[in-house]
Amino acid sequence: MSDSGTLVEKIWQQHVVDDGDGQDLLYIDLHLIHEASSSQAFDGLRLAGRQVRRSDLTLAVEDHNVPTDTLAVTDPISREQLGALRASCAREGIELLRHGDARQGIVHVVAPELGLVQPGMTITCGDSHTSTHGAFGALALGVGTTDVEHVLATQTLALPRPRTMAVDFTGVPGAEVTAKDLMLRMLAEVGANGAHGYVIEYRGEAVRRLSMEGRMTMCNLSIEAGARAGMVAPDDTTFAYLEATPRRPTGSHWDDALAYWRTLRSDDDARFDRVLTLDVGAASRYVTWGTNPGQAVSLDGAVPDPSEFADPGQRAAAQRALHYMGLQPGTLMRDVAIDVVFIGSCTNSRIEDLRVAADVLRGRRVADGVEMLVVPGSMEIRAQAEREGLHQVFLEAGASWRFSGCSMCLGMNADRIKGASRCASTSNRNYEGRQGPRARTHLVSPAVAAATAVAGTLAAPGDLN
Amino acid sequence: MQAIEAHTGRMAPLRRNDVDTDQIIPSDFCRRLTKTGFEDGLFAGWRADPDFVLNREPYASATVLVAQRNFGSGSSRETAVWALRDWGFAAVIAESFGDIFQRNAGKNALLAVALGADAVGALLDHATERPDAEITVDLLDRQVRSEVGVWDFAIEDRARWLMLNGLDEIAVTLGRDAAIRAHEAARPPWLPRTAAPTRAVPVP
Repeated sequence: MSDSGTLVEKIWQQHVVDDGDGQDLLYIDLHLIHEASSSQAFDGLRLAGRQVRRSDLTLAVEDHNVPTDTLAVTDPISREQLGALRASCAREGIELLRHGDARQGIVHVVAPELGLVQPGMTITCGDSHTSTHGAFGALALGVGTTDVEHVLATQTLALPRPRTMAVDFTGVPGAEVTAKDLMLRMLAEVGANGAHGYVIEYRGEAVRRLSMEGRMTMCNLSIEAGARAGMVAPDDTTFAYLEATPRRPTGSHWDDALAYWRTLRSDDDARFDRVLTLDVGAASRYVTWGTNPGQAVSLDGAVPDPSEFADPGQRAAAQRALHYMGLQPGTLMRDVAIDVVFIGSCTNSRIEDLRVAADVLRGRRVADGVEMLVVPGSMEIRAQAEREGLHQVFLEAGASWRFSGCSMCLGMNADRIKGASRCASTSNRNYEGRQGPRARTHLVSPAVAAATAVAGTLAAPGDLN
Repeated sequence: MQAIEAHTGRMAPLRRNDVDTDQIIPSDFCRRLTKTGFEDGLFAGWRADPDFVLNREPYASATVLVAQRNFGSGSSRETAVWALRDWGFAAVIAESFGDIFQRNAGKNALLAVALGADAVGALLDHATERPDAEITVDLLDRQVRSEVGVWDFAIEDRARWLMLNGLDEIAVTLGRDAAIRAHEAARPPWLPRTAAPTRAVPVP
């Protein structure tokens, strides 16, 4: 890292507890946990006779392994995993949002919604999509279970200083181009490894115009480029969002916090280790064709021919991907027929995403033979959507309206794709087997997902009659 | 953590980029509460193919996995490291690693060593032509040694120190408790706290 002040450097310096043995020991302001990566960490604590240091800076949520079609958990392994989290939270005095609670949902949706994610904070969670919280100008890092145990015990992590990267989006794309499209465009440019080891700061007018929901989508997908984290400097959009959250600072604390938050930006002369400039003025809607998120193309485009890739590794990967996906080079993306549409996940399940999808589906029907799942990111979003009547739109279109959870994003709970079915999904990973053992995933925005459900093939809303 | 200085063993060549942790161990195997016994999940999807490298001896009993770019990308699941370890791997050599995977590997005495593309290419060829060839990954000397070449590798000093000594990192950090307390005393008062817990409720 350079000496000048980038946003991440400022936050980093504020949290260095000790720099004694070659790495910085960083204080963690908020530790988010869920049932799928914490049980072994709690076991480790117990075996060592240790306790959770700061249960008051820890929030647990049940999300990965819960059913979304019922509030009863019948799967024995899920019951065991949830039961273990409940017992650990009760023993250690940790707030837990349980399956069925009015505030339960996907951990990366719920924590910001409550107002627990604020600018300048450090946040960790045993989940790679922790990068989501960078949308607030926080440094948010995904970690493994051993690090979860370390944070539970010490509220710190020893970390090497990251390299810094600015992604400058230039130009302002059309309103139909969402944060999801911008990120798939970036991933197509840099690849699934293109930001390896960096903390990214996203900048430019196209970012400033995004809502907090859009910025969360953007930062969420940072990990898909191999980045350690993604961030957007806080601004009035951030502050307005926070002001409406239930757990924001109040009274003079709000004024003090706000004054501090306004200082949280990279200095004009701050030097980044790498700057990537992407002109998105003419950007279009993006979808993936392969088996990693970097294998993306404009919806207006076609499945690429592997021979187009100069790099032998990329060429071999493209060949493997097309074989797995059952696609032929040159096929127009709009000619790709879809069996399942999934709207959900920590990437795209927020109220704005559901509104966009409902606008497309209003007065229309999901195509014959297509199954559509709409899984709100939280029970609060579900309630909000129902207040707005969005659930009626989904149900009348023939979609399934669900409770909240990670659902079909990751093939861990009951919501899985059967066989080699093809899914248009608003989630974040199109890996082999991600949504089910042979499932074929195309990552899309909520608008494209909804239009695709109606058309039966990958489609934009404008393609519908 | 078990201390480790160096490992010598045979290689299994996996000539692929972007091997994500969902491939290393599919989600279904990540629902267990244990920290061991994940070998059945290792590459479970790919092992359905009888030609997959780990379905063939002597590769099936190799202890050094060699892959290409961005090995262990994606999900933070530490089960990916546990599955490799439980299968019998002591080291993974690749051109680069997913950050979280590499960090997790270091916490579990699994050597995850990045070498240049030329070195990885030479090792993949060597493992293919000479399946019985041995290779040494030396953490003490920060060096990979084989019949086809000797290469130095970089590793963070702290991660290396923890692995060489098999240290309990939490104990190390708790030794800095005074510094942690000092930081806690100076934290701004507006920072959020989570709510008090509610009583334990059984799974419905």
